[in-house]
Amino acid sequence: MTTITNSKEEALIIREQDVVPLRNRVKEYGVKIGMSILNQTKLITATSELVRNLLKYGGGGKVIIESVSNGRDNGVRVTFIDNGPGIADLSLAMKDGYSTGKSLGLGLPGTKRLVNEFDIKTELGNGTTVTITKWKNG
Amino acid sequence: MQNNFLGGLKEHENRLLTVWSQLLIESGSDDGAVEEEESKEFASLFLSALATLNGRFQDSQEFEKVEDLIVGISTSRGKRGFSPRENAQYLTTFKQASSQILSELITDSENLYQANLELNAIIDNMTIMTFEAFMRGREDIISRQVDEISEISTPVITVWEGIVALPIIGTLDSSRTQIVMENLLQQIVDTGSSIAILDISGVPAVDSLVAQHLIKTVSATRLMGAECIISGIRPEIAQTVVHLGIDLTGIITKASLASALKTAFDMLQLTVVKRKLV
Repeated sequence: MTTITNSKEEALIIREQDVVPLRNRVKEYGVKIGMSILNQTKLITATSELVRNLLKYGGGGKVIIESVSNGRDNGVRVTFIDNGPGIADLSLAMKDGYSTGKSLGLGLPGTKRLVNEFDIKTELGNGTTVTITKWKNG
Repeated sequence: MQNNFLGGLKEHENRLLTVWSQLLIESGSDDGAVEEEESKEFASLFLSALATLNGRFQDSQEFEKVEDLIVGISTSRGKRGFSPRENAQYLTTFKQASSQILSELITDSENLYQANLELNAIIDNMTIMTFEAFMRGREDIISRQVDEISEISTPVITVWEGIVALPIIGTLDSSRTQIVMENLLQQIVDTGSSIAILDISGVPAVDSLVAQHLIKTVSATRLMGAECIISGIRPEIAQTVVHLGIDLTGIITKASLASALKTAFDMLQLTVVKRKLV
């Protein structure tokens, strides 16, 4: 299915202070397409998880927020790009409760359950890119 | 030397002031009476400094005074509601007026060019200073507000004898959790409370990090021998927490502060009874 991007913006994330403004921007995108409070909360929670990963493991990076449409439904797509060390074992990282950093280990698998589309690309030494999409009625 | 030409401006101070105020009115950043005084003082000091200038303006003590004055003027203009753009215009119109007078005074084009070049360097430097002064003013305000926010953000309220409540508003990050936890634990000791209620109605989203912080706070409270209730869990937060897979089953959670208080009363074996009319 083809998706069209209606509007798009980029944000640089380098400090913990950048997290809250980014979450608010993502929320505004959700509000603009009329997303329900539940889906908004799921989206910003997912964003929050991934942006914390980006800061903690990737050493900061870039986030792209897009308002997308697939003809039947509108949604928000968020892409997180870092140039960090990458993930050594992706299938292990996607498992509940696995963490290399003393956290709960729910970030990646939990985020996948919160959104409609989840895509992760990683290469050792070349960073990680995570793309999530939440549809308005998804 | 070109300095002599710039120094010659002093003799035409009054005409320069007239041209300048005309330009200021045209640019729309004129402020009437207060400004006239300021402008007179600035022009006089600036032109005197030019007249006595010998060598580089950066080394001149006279110019330090002028720079102090312009920083003062731009700060006071900032407080009177002028934008940084208007503050910069204040100086660029002065430059324009000076250039105009210079072109009448100097006939030789090479000399005129040199004089204008020197004038540009001096005034551009001052324009940058006004911007810096403006930024400093703003930064002062921001840092004051940050201090204020962190002070008011974590009040611990004694709602009943033995029960303290702590409403959390905004995002819980690591540094904030630290303050919240310290305040809460200290207050439990100070008031001898056995029940603490943590209200998260004002927390926009609970992700795994926030949850982890909450769990730690609850564990610490329990170590102190008190029970901790988390209240204010909204429906969307509840669903998100479940999807994320966060396990909060070991913690007493309530939807509202009222029901948390009711639970606390039950724990302390207190009952609230409606008074019977006789």
